[in-house]
Amino acid sequence: MVTPFSGGKAELIEQAQEVQGRSLWVDARRRLFRNKAAMASIVLLGAIALMAILAPLLSAYSFDAQDYNVVSCSPDWWPDSTVICNAGGTHWFGTDYLGRDLFVRVLYGARVSLTVGLVATLVSLLIGVAYGAVAGFLGGRIDEFMMRFVDVLYSLPFIFFVIILMVIFHRSLFLLFIAIGAVEWLTMARIVRGQTLSIKQKEFIEAARAAGVGTFSIIRRHVIPNVVGPVIVYVTLTIPSVILAESFLSFLGLGVQEPLTSWGVLISDGANQLETAPWMLVFPAVFMAITLFCFNFIGDGLRDALDPKDR
Amino acid sequence: MSTPIFQVRDFNVRFHTPDGEVHAVKNANFDVHEGETLGVVGESGSGKSQLFLGAIGLIAGNGTVTGSVKYRGEELIGATQNRLNALRGSKITMIFQDPLTSLTPHMTIGTQVMEALRIHQRVPPAEAERRSIEILELVRIPEARRRMRQYPHELSGGMRQRVMIAMATVCGPDLLIADEPTTALDVTVQAQILDIMRDLQKELKTAIVMVSHDMGVIAGIAHRVQVMRNGEIVESGDVDKIFYEPQHAYTKALLNAMPRIDDPRHAGHLAASEAIVKAETLLTVNDLQVRFPIRTGGVLFPQVKDLRAVDGVSFSLLQGETLGVVGESGCGKSTLARAVLKLVPKSDGAVVWLGRDMGTLSDPDLRRLRKDLQIVFQDPLASLDPRMTIGHSISEPLKAQQPHLTRAQVREQVRDMMARVGLEPGWINRYPHEFSGGQNQRVGIARAMIVRPRLVVCDEAVSALDVSIQSQIVGLILKLQQEFGMAMIFISHDLSVVRQVSHRVMVLYLGRVVEMADRDTIYRDARHPYTRALIRAVPVPDPKLERAKARLILTGDLPSPLDSRAQLTFMKSRMIDDPDAVQYRPRLLEVAPGHLVAEHDPV
Repeated sequence: MVTPFSGGKAELIEQAQEVQGRSLWVDARRRLFRNKAAMASIVLLGAIALMAILAPLLSAYSFDAQDYNVVSCSPDWWPDSTVICNAGGTHWFGTDYLGRDLFVRVLYGARVSLTVGLVATLVSLLIGVAYGAVAGFLGGRIDEFMMRFVDVLYSLPFIFFVIILMVIFHRSLFLLFIAIGAVEWLTMARIVRGQTLSIKQKEFIEAARAAGVGTFSIIRRHVIPNVVGPVIVYVTLTIPSVILAESFLSFLGLGVQEPLTSWGVLISDGANQLETAPWMLVFPAVFMAITLFCFNFIGDGLRDALDPKDR
Repeated sequence: MSTPIFQVRDFNVRFHTPDGEVHAVKNANFDVHEGETLGVVGESGSGKSQLFLGAIGLIAGNGTVTGSVKYRGEELIGATQNRLNALRGSKITMIFQDPLTSLTPHMTIGTQVMEALRIHQRVPPAEAERRSIEILELVRIPEARRRMRQYPHELSGGMRQRVMIAMATVCGPDLLIADEPTTALDVTVQAQILDIMRDLQKELKTAIVMVSHDMGVIAGIAHRVQVMRNGEIVESGDVDKIFYEPQHAYTKALLNAMPRIDDPRHAGHLAASEAIVKAETLLTVNDLQVRFPIRTGGVLFPQVKDLRAVDGVSFSLLQGETLGVVGESGCGKSTLARAVLKLVPKSDGAVVWLGRDMGTLSDPDLRRLRKDLQIVFQDPLASLDPRMTIGHSISEPLKAQQPHLTRAQVREQVRDMMARVGLEPGWINRYPHEFSGGQNQRVGIARAMIVRPRLVVCDEAVSALDVSIQSQIVGLILKLQQEFGMAMIFISHDLSVVRQVSHRVMVLYLGRVVEMADRDTIYRDARHPYTRALIRAVPVPDPKLERAKARLILTGDLPSPLDSRAQLTFMKSRMIDDPDAVQYRPRLLEVAPGHLVAEHDPV
């Protein structure tokens, strides 16, 4: 075909005529935006994350500054008047047993808990998706071997595993990521493998093979984009379970080290002081509960939005 | 034939969906008379099923119905659920398309057939059992007494559909609504089911409403026909009038679009041209075998038996030639195609492409060879990656085969190919779910053709499409073949389409060739009893021909391919009566130049 225009111009005109398609992602996003519970959760979660990031700017106190004049003091507005002391003006959430401002500590706890949640989930995501997709797509003996390895890891008791790690390598935040991520990727790998097995049966995979596309290109271009839906849903449900796992470890004293804190540590401390200073438990617990709720609602909303049966 | 038992007046069905209201049935008016068969034809989305589901109150939750539906003078719209339940299943019954999902999997056949009797007529158990066995025998289920204790999964599709018919007729209904009852079945089984329905009607004097997309089925069974399109009844009348003197343009178009086994070139249909066949042999397949190990019996010590999906098939293909492969489901035709393309591994035999044995090729060599070998799939939507734009899907083989092309070049070729297959090039960035089935199949064809292959396998490429779309796609495939001169292996269970597009036809039965000849010979002078049965079972959209047809058809279903005796169904004289014995292999005899027939007992 000869066009009177120069190549570039003709192409520009052609592209202007092309209709932009409505991809499945656009569809899913539209459905998600219509889901009120999920949208409210995203806003709320965003607010908590923002507060955690801006923590040093929001309060006059430092997270590790101790003030022995206000040890275990309630916030001014605390309804129970039998408390020992009031912390005064700017300690909105009261203080802990070392006289540290609880508000800023809850926000610092949020930093650690959310980071652990995100990073450990990301670790599990990368390992799990690659491992599961390869095992599922290659199938046969390789699949058997890879999945039996996963089964072996599954059967290791998680807590012993973490305790042993902590004893050998000493406690550190980094180790916590590794430990939790190392356990969570197993489930991810199983989910991705299952999805891959079902996608592998689809005709468009056969079409790609018939076109002469190589195995790893098929995994990258056809398999992974199509398992992303269920994976995203699982990720939003993994984050809260990782946060819970971290707080559980912290509760046992295996979590982050003082003076750094996390929601798990705060809840653990608060539980010890439940009778004398209930606010030490209430505030971190409420924050954590809200966060977990939000993640679950978002996960639900995403599942509804991505579910292909809807169409 | 006089009194109407079912009267529908100003009947409307509307659905409320997130995308707005859908008016599925618009102002339907018609009667069904006692003892007649009313055929309802229309393409998918014409509202033909919703019309009857709505009329007997079985509509989905988001639908509303208005108008009047009277059964023997009794208004059904607005009737209580109890009253409707009392009518449905006893006086007005229904048969659905999919016999597997309409039977409850955990209940025996007997329980399900007797259920209707027990509920509606409060028949005592012994009596119910007797009548159930009777009705199962009436629908020609062999060994009915034993079948009563079996579960749905133990029965084949054809048997299940018979059970459905038995359930629908056991209470002696006035009106039987059959919604595409044979669409999911093979032609020979379809012919049996239609035969049963015709006989049942003679015996029980039930009025039947036959809903179908297939004009051939309607021609053979209906007394009166009504044609539906977009929710409206566009034409109705006696069957002969509709078929021989259609008034409405849509009815004419539908009739013209039907491929006819007795006349491949009717109504100006394009048929495969001889001119494009060149003498060069592209592909030689020699004694190809594909076996799948199947575990049978025993949990701890399973027996492994080979399922011979393709069992010694040989043929060759010239450049520009189309080989039609026909056979019923499970005969190995798709496996054969995939083995030729090396998409499933062969167990034995050789596939030789332009003198090179494909079995000896390395993986990278094979991937390069795929440029010449392409495939078009049955389900247009399933064969496209839902997350890729159609432009990306079409360009995939091109990028894999010619990685040196720039993006602009790829784009140019994709747009060019889109125009050739009748797609607007401006749609390049759209996604498969935004298109209809026919358009998606055009995308599939464009993807196969973009690397200019020398062999294209069409695996039931037009089977999932409506007739009018089907004839367009067949026309497109033939046009592309004339343009590019590629050879084709055209697989289909639809013998009429195969006759239209092929130069030669191969009939498969349980993985073996029973007959092979050029397209006219095989239809005019079929020698093998199976080929004859297949051809005779194909419904023709011509009521007089259908009525005149002798009803010699195969009885029963395709036997299990695991049973070695199955192969000798047509040569019982050499059969050893042991399912595991090594049996005689019927040879292929050349009865005329190019006409091969498997040995069989004289008919």
